[in-house]
Amino acid sequence: MRNIATTHRTLPRRTLIGATAATLAAPSILGAQGKTTVEFYFPVAVGGPITKIIDGYCTEFMAANTDIEVKPIYAGSYVDTLTKAITATKAGQGPQMALVLAVDAYTLIDDELILPFDTLATSDADKAWLKSFYPAFMANGTIDGHVWGIPFQRSTIVAYWNKEIFKEIGLDPEKGPASWAENAEWTAKATKREGDKVSRWGIQIPGDGFTYWLYQAMAAQAGVELAGDNGRRTDFNSAGAVEGLQFWLDLMNKHRSHPTGISAWGTGPRDFLEGTTAVIWHTTGNLTNIKNNAKFPFGVAMLPAGKRRGSPAGGGNFHLFKGATPAQQQASLRFLRWLTSPEKAAAWGMATGYVATRPDAWETPTMKDYVAGFPQAAVARDQLAFAVPELSTHDNQRVAKALTDELQAALLGRKPPKQALDDAQAAATRLLKPYQKA
Amino acid sequence: MRRESLQAWLLLLPALVLLVAFTHWPAATTIIDSFYTTPKGSRPPRFVGIENYADLMSDPVFWTALTNNAIYAVWTIPVSVILALVMALAVNTAMPGRALVRMAYFTPTMLPMIAVANIWLFFYTPDYGLFDHILSWFGGGRHNWLGDRATALPAMIAVAVWKEAGFFMIFYLAALQAMPPDLKECAALEGSSRWNFFRRVTIPLLMPTTLFVLVNAVINAFRLVDHVVVMTRGGPDNATTLLLYYIYEAGFRFWDQALAATLTVVLLGLLGLLAWLQFGVLGKRVHYR
Repeated sequence: MRNIATTHRTLPRRTLIGATAATLAAPSILGAQGKTTVEFYFPVAVGGPITKIIDGYCTEFMAANTDIEVKPIYAGSYVDTLTKAITATKAGQGPQMALVLAVDAYTLIDDELILPFDTLATSDADKAWLKSFYPAFMANGTIDGHVWGIPFQRSTIVAYWNKEIFKEIGLDPEKGPASWAENAEWTAKATKREGDKVSRWGIQIPGDGFTYWLYQAMAAQAGVELAGDNGRRTDFNSAGAVEGLQFWLDLMNKHRSHPTGISAWGTGPRDFLEGTTAVIWHTTGNLTNIKNNAKFPFGVAMLPAGKRRGSPAGGGNFHLFKGATPAQQQASLRFLRWLTSPEKAAAWGMATGYVATRPDAWETPTMKDYVAGFPQAAVARDQLAFAVPELSTHDNQRVAKALTDELQAALLGRKPPKQALDDAQAAATRLLKPYQKA
Repeated sequence: MRRESLQAWLLLLPALVLLVAFTHWPAATTIIDSFYTTPKGSRPPRFVGIENYADLMSDPVFWTALTNNAIYAVWTIPVSVILALVMALAVNTAMPGRALVRMAYFTPTMLPMIAVANIWLFFYTPDYGLFDHILSWFGGGRHNWLGDRATALPAMIAVAVWKEAGFFMIFYLAALQAMPPDLKECAALEGSSRWNFFRRVTIPLLMPTTLFVLVNAVINAFRLVDHVVVMTRGGPDNATTLLLYYIYEAGFRFWDQALAATLTVVLLGLLGLLAWLQFGVLGKRVHYR
């Protein structure tokens, strides 16, 4: 029951030997056996631009690497993808790789389903590759001294503001709110009331779906890290954590610039595009959508600072599953190295709005041109300096749900913030008890 | 004699194999699993007796799910059944465009629940959703139907009723059509009022159908959770978490096999009890011709 981490530490040695042998023998084996097929699950719910982009990358890679066949399998939402990858792997028919939320690494490790990359990627070039990403994006996938996730579809939260509305209410349209005080004052000013009815809200922060993620930004701004001790401890109810939640509640009840209750993740961008909300907090993954559909000039700002600035890194990492043969492991590594090269990371970032995962991607000529014409794209990158790893613990889905439930109770006014967070902490402590060191 | 019984068993075999493989065997293993811990990685399951059940009793989400499901059942069952009967009576009369109305009533049944949920998701959208749009003509403001604890569960109930009533209507309609017309003539000759005829003749003759519909409605009240997955994922703050959804969450989001198995056994027991009540108590009072 105790310390599950120890069990998998002994494991990589055998795989390591196998993998090294495979690397040495790889060219001859591959030449003799023909193609190595690598399947990976990727979270896309419906066909559309993302599917096309990924399919395009795979075709391009296969044209350059004729001994490897990569097959993307689109598996639905992040949660669906994780569910499918785990069930399929347990049934012995899993993919070789899957892109799932970086925070689900603990779940995969505790179930002994994935392999650490650092035991396979051992050449100097490989080691340099593992070090080439932004540390903020590596944090969630680095556990017990091993690297379990390669960042790809990564995002963070930023604030989008409508410059037209800012101008209309007499603010500098080129400046987004930089502090909690400015955020409260400016969004209150942007709120338009006609009697009891509100025709325009100052701000919306989504309270469903990813509640804990949005809240984590506020907690970080109040100076609190919600999880620690290698995913075995949470800090949901310290004074700072309560202060973070109070910031959100104050926007609703004190400054009255945020709709009370739960704002929907899905309709936030639409409200912003319709001009019925002046500021929204949302994922950078929505940047391209907003850029293409906004009929007014808009700005992208780092989230406002409380005690400090702060925003959690989010999004998905590639994970390597245990079912892969040594040849498939090496093929997966080659594909990932290609897919996360500076040029591809930059292209992916520009096509989707996800944050290019390594500093040298931002130095490529195409990316430089893009940022020069669309400086909003660089805000997420600059914010990485203040980023905290996304909340991730053992039994992550459950701990996150316990926090989400209590946050929603507070947002709905059913519990005072302190009590809600106390209850969340109690639930998390109970859930994490089996993982404490004996 | 022996040959005959062999033949009988052979005839039963296909159905029996399917039943055992997909119903009885999983049910039995679920009951066994509910007495063990969840296996994780290299740790095998461990026998813990009734500990999982004790844990369940102190799990607040379980009680919320149970309460929600009770409310969900208490509303969806009678409302959809009564609505079905009213709709069946309406389209059983001669009226213009009858086929069209019948079809309109039946359409929700034919749509997949996932599609229905997405349509209703739009209806419930704050500000520019259908309901808020209509309400705004009468001066109503913004309603966060699915984000508010008070309206989220009723919103789920409305979708379920909308989806189910048409289906049950078909059974009532079939039963009404099968009713011999001479009963009505006879009652008219006797000078019985329409209400009296409905209460004394129609209702009793519809009882077998009603029992069938009720059994289905009860099962659906515990089975129909697709729209919860699409629309609210059990939120906000577990306001729309129903038992089956909680089982799904425990099994495939938390990977807590023990909790999922225990919940399933509880749901199984609950459904068993309800079936026994319906067939044992209500069934005796149903008049079959």
